[in-house]
Amino acid sequence: MTPLTTPADYSEKIPNNVDLHEDRRLQRALESWQPNFLTWWESMGPTLPTEDVYLRTAVNVGREGWAHFGHVAMRDYRWGIFLAERDRDRRVAFGQHRGEPVWQKVPGEYRADLRRLIVIQGDTEPASVEQQRNLGATAPSLYDMRNLFQVNVEEGRHLWAMVYLLHAYFGREGREEAEELLHRNSGSEESPRILGAFNEETPDWLSFFMFTYFTDRDGKYQLGTLKESAFDPLSRTCEFMLKEESHHMFVGTTGIDRVVERTAQLMLEHDTDDVGGLGGIPLNVIQKYLNFHYSVSLDLFGSETSTNVANYFTAGLKGRWSEERRRDDHRLTDDSMMVDAVVDGRIGQTEVSALVGLNSDLRREYIRDCQNGVNRWNRILEEAGLPQRLHLPHTAFNRRVGAFSGIEVTPEGELLPVEEWERRKGAWLPTDLDKTHVRSLMRPVHERGKIAAWIAPPRQGINGKPFDYDYVHLA
Amino acid sequence: MTITAGASSAPDGVRPEGETGPRTAVGFQTHPSRYRHWRLSVEGPVATLTMDVDEQGGLVPGYELKLNSYDLGVDIELYDAVQRLRFEHPGVRTVVVTSGKEKVFCAGANIRMLAASPHAWKVNFCKFTNETRNAMEDASANSGQTYLAALNGTASGGGYELALACEHIMLVDDRSSAVSLPELPLLGVLPGTGGLTRVVDKRHVRRDLADYFSTRSEGVGGRKAVQWRLVDEVVPRPRWDETVAERAAAFARTSGRPEDAPGVVLTPLGRTRTGDRISYRHVTAVLDRARGCAEITVLGPDAEPPRTVAGIHEQGADFWTLAVTRELDDLILDLRTNETELGTWVVRTKGDPALVLAYDALLLDHAGDWLVNEIVLYLKRTLKRLDVTSRSLIALIEPGSCFAGSLLEPALAADRSYQLSGVFEDADPGADPDADPATVGVGPMNLGPLPMGNGLTRLGTRFWGDAGALAAATASAGEALEAEDAERLGLVTFAPDDIDWADEVRMAIEERASFSPDALTGLEANYRFAGPETIETKIFGRLAAWQNWIFYRPNASGPDGALRKFGTGQRADFDKKRV
Repeated sequence: MTPLTTPADYSEKIPNNVDLHEDRRLQRALESWQPNFLTWWESMGPTLPTEDVYLRTAVNVGREGWAHFGHVAMRDYRWGIFLAERDRDRRVAFGQHRGEPVWQKVPGEYRADLRRLIVIQGDTEPASVEQQRNLGATAPSLYDMRNLFQVNVEEGRHLWAMVYLLHAYFGREGREEAEELLHRNSGSEESPRILGAFNEETPDWLSFFMFTYFTDRDGKYQLGTLKESAFDPLSRTCEFMLKEESHHMFVGTTGIDRVVERTAQLMLEHDTDDVGGLGGIPLNVIQKYLNFHYSVSLDLFGSETSTNVANYFTAGLKGRWSEERRRDDHRLTDDSMMVDAVVDGRIGQTEVSALVGLNSDLRREYIRDCQNGVNRWNRILEEAGLPQRLHLPHTAFNRRVGAFSGIEVTPEGELLPVEEWERRKGAWLPTDLDKTHVRSLMRPVHERGKIAAWIAPPRQGINGKPFDYDYVHLA
Repeated sequence: MTITAGASSAPDGVRPEGETGPRTAVGFQTHPSRYRHWRLSVEGPVATLTMDVDEQGGLVPGYELKLNSYDLGVDIELYDAVQRLRFEHPGVRTVVVTSGKEKVFCAGANIRMLAASPHAWKVNFCKFTNETRNAMEDASANSGQTYLAALNGTASGGGYELALACEHIMLVDDRSSAVSLPELPLLGVLPGTGGLTRVVDKRHVRRDLADYFSTRSEGVGGRKAVQWRLVDEVVPRPRWDETVAERAAAFARTSGRPEDAPGVVLTPLGRTRTGDRISYRHVTAVLDRARGCAEITVLGPDAEPPRTVAGIHEQGADFWTLAVTRELDDLILDLRTNETELGTWVVRTKGDPALVLAYDALLLDHAGDWLVNEIVLYLKRTLKRLDVTSRSLIALIEPGSCFAGSLLEPALAADRSYQLSGVFEDADPGADPDADPATVGVGPMNLGPLPMGNGLTRLGTRFWGDAGALAAATASAGEALEAEDAERLGLVTFAPDDIDWADEVRMAIEERASFSPDALTGLEANYRFAGPETIETKIFGRLAAWQNWIFYRPNASGPDGALRKFGTGQRADFDKKRV
């Protein structure tokens, strides 16, 4: 047996609450993984050279512990491994194992399924870092740049979290899968990321905000279902990740707030809808971006019916959103539900067994949540005294996955022949012209306290610091 | 010398019928003094095995063993006799199998027993029956102990299949005795213990004649039976005894078995069986019902082998290779029959690999000795049992094990093997950090003397179509291979180190237990026998699979199926759709 090389002080380098210092298996696994992760970060992470960034680092799971701020060089960021506190009485909340104690080890029976779920989740985390790698160069302010990097390092940490599970619980196969997570790359020809939506570059900041609002929100719901898992370490990992995920959505929500706010200002100042020529983003372009990001995020929930997801539920691997707050038998073997369908060529619904309809259940929760953001942005318009409103498009709009993938509808849900859709879609989805215009606005503002003209400054800075704080020192 | 055994008691243990519920285990140990269904007599070089089934001696209540029909209990005695003839009677060169009943040789497996048995019982019973028949053929082919079927009355179904396992079939010509395979017309099933295969593959009966023969419930007798090669000769009743004796003597003259050698007595196995443990001197099985697995540990020799072949004879049944083979054989039969829910067998060994190889070398150096020959053949047959066992086999190769030479074979027979890379370190409180890493070793025993049913060595089967890999594994003979080398050579499946070991092994066993046992049986049976077909692989693969499918179909075992309706005076009602 080859002796382990002198163990590095992992607890210092890698803040954790998983007893890393006495876990030989994890130490061994991380020994080869950590350098590879750093290499990946260097080659696939943010391209803009920085000296340091004012970042939050989680150092433990307590309230104070995960809000630890300071200027750090991103390469030296301490990506930690944190699980929410263990509840020793926790029991499986759903499926055929309902009521049994949760699992601290992977049951052999579910090894393959659990590994697959973790790999798919893990694959999305570094993907978004890759998608956003060039955005630093066009940041509208140091504050926004800092937020971008915070999201990036936390997505990196979420990768760590999934890799931790693979390393700690899945043996050699787990280590191999962890390696693969670094070798698949967003947009790569030969080894793309697993889910299609994660292979599109995030080309501009409006897309970034939309992505963090809509697509990261999909992540929140996926994590929420895994938080219910009977496999306790997965549950606890996801619970902690959800705390960070809410910050990412905050970046998206307030980012769009500020874009809408600035657009409304320009509209009022110049009494026009067409603020494009004034250095702003017209409301209809914001709506088009919203339409696009919302509809592709709906696709991430998969088909309306899924036997895999039904099996995951029955096995206890993946629950429903807020599983324990639901009032039913949590087994669903005899229940049914209505899911979206195309019936006789029209948009309708069809009844399926509740177990196979779980994707639809989760998507509905997500849609409700998305509506909150739209309401919030509309309040800004309302307060500005403007009559225009933003809307979520119809569920069937621009779908490429599921029951509606074969039809085309307007944002209002009116069925269209394909040719008409092709002719009119430029009114609903960003056109090349729209994208070019948005991109033309993305001129970097790297001066303290200054901000680009297309977006309003935030109401508050980070961690009580003012907006003009030196959040990033560029190299 | 004449040994005659009368009926006194059944094999030890009373048996079950249901597949679940409390029950007493079926035992496979018996002795001629306790036979109820057979008489074994030995006259110089000729032994006579006379089947005279006790109608009331069924293993399970609910049927009578009329017309020399048999059940597992009858077969257990036959197996015992075949074994003892080889070891205890070196002087026997011909074994005459005949009947103690008037006008009937044997009517085959008891139909009421089959109709009442759960599926798993039928399948396991047929497997064991097949193995005994193969053992008879093995004796004829490799031991100089030729089996001669003396059909002094009609041999039907399994009775004729028993005759087919003999080298020479004589049928009395009394214008009424015949051989037949009436399973299809009468019972809606197949002659499933080798009959269909041996008729065409061994006896070379033309296929269209075989087809006709197998649909004719009354069978074929007299000269036609000879012309069609169903039997080798028919003999008029007045000349029967004399002719049988002549043939027996003629076969005896062709044998190379020794004349005055003393036999080796197969002494009773020291065995204890509790609810969760079966122990012998060298073999132990812990029955882990919660995990659905049996953890089998085989101990290597605890001393140097004797220096001479005489020493082997002197040790007799205590000689390590023979003793461990007998124990393993008994354990396999026990677990298969009595522990159907232990779907995974985890095999470990413990001991000094050098000693295992030393025993192997002693045996191979004296291959011409009759006892040595028998021991190696017996080991071969026992390992074949492992190959056709419908359980997942997982070998765990840990420090202190002795998977070398003959004891490497169980690992090669396994569906998967795990060899610990390095040693168990501090993580395991019971582990010895100063132990040497586990090794496996190829030896001469792996390169020919212990072929599988497909005629290839397990190594040859493992590396079927990959001559380079086979050559590399062969060239490693004599080396003690640590995990990385063994994995590289393809001798083991995985080589986790101590950090991964416990979880990898746990998950493999748990995952196995979660799969469909039927699908696993099918998967394993297909992957274990790469390479060419032989009569044996056809019987265990093709014939048995078809038979087991037919057994399960309503046309056989449904309430209106042929097996159920047999003997009721009613006709079976078939679903006419071909599948």
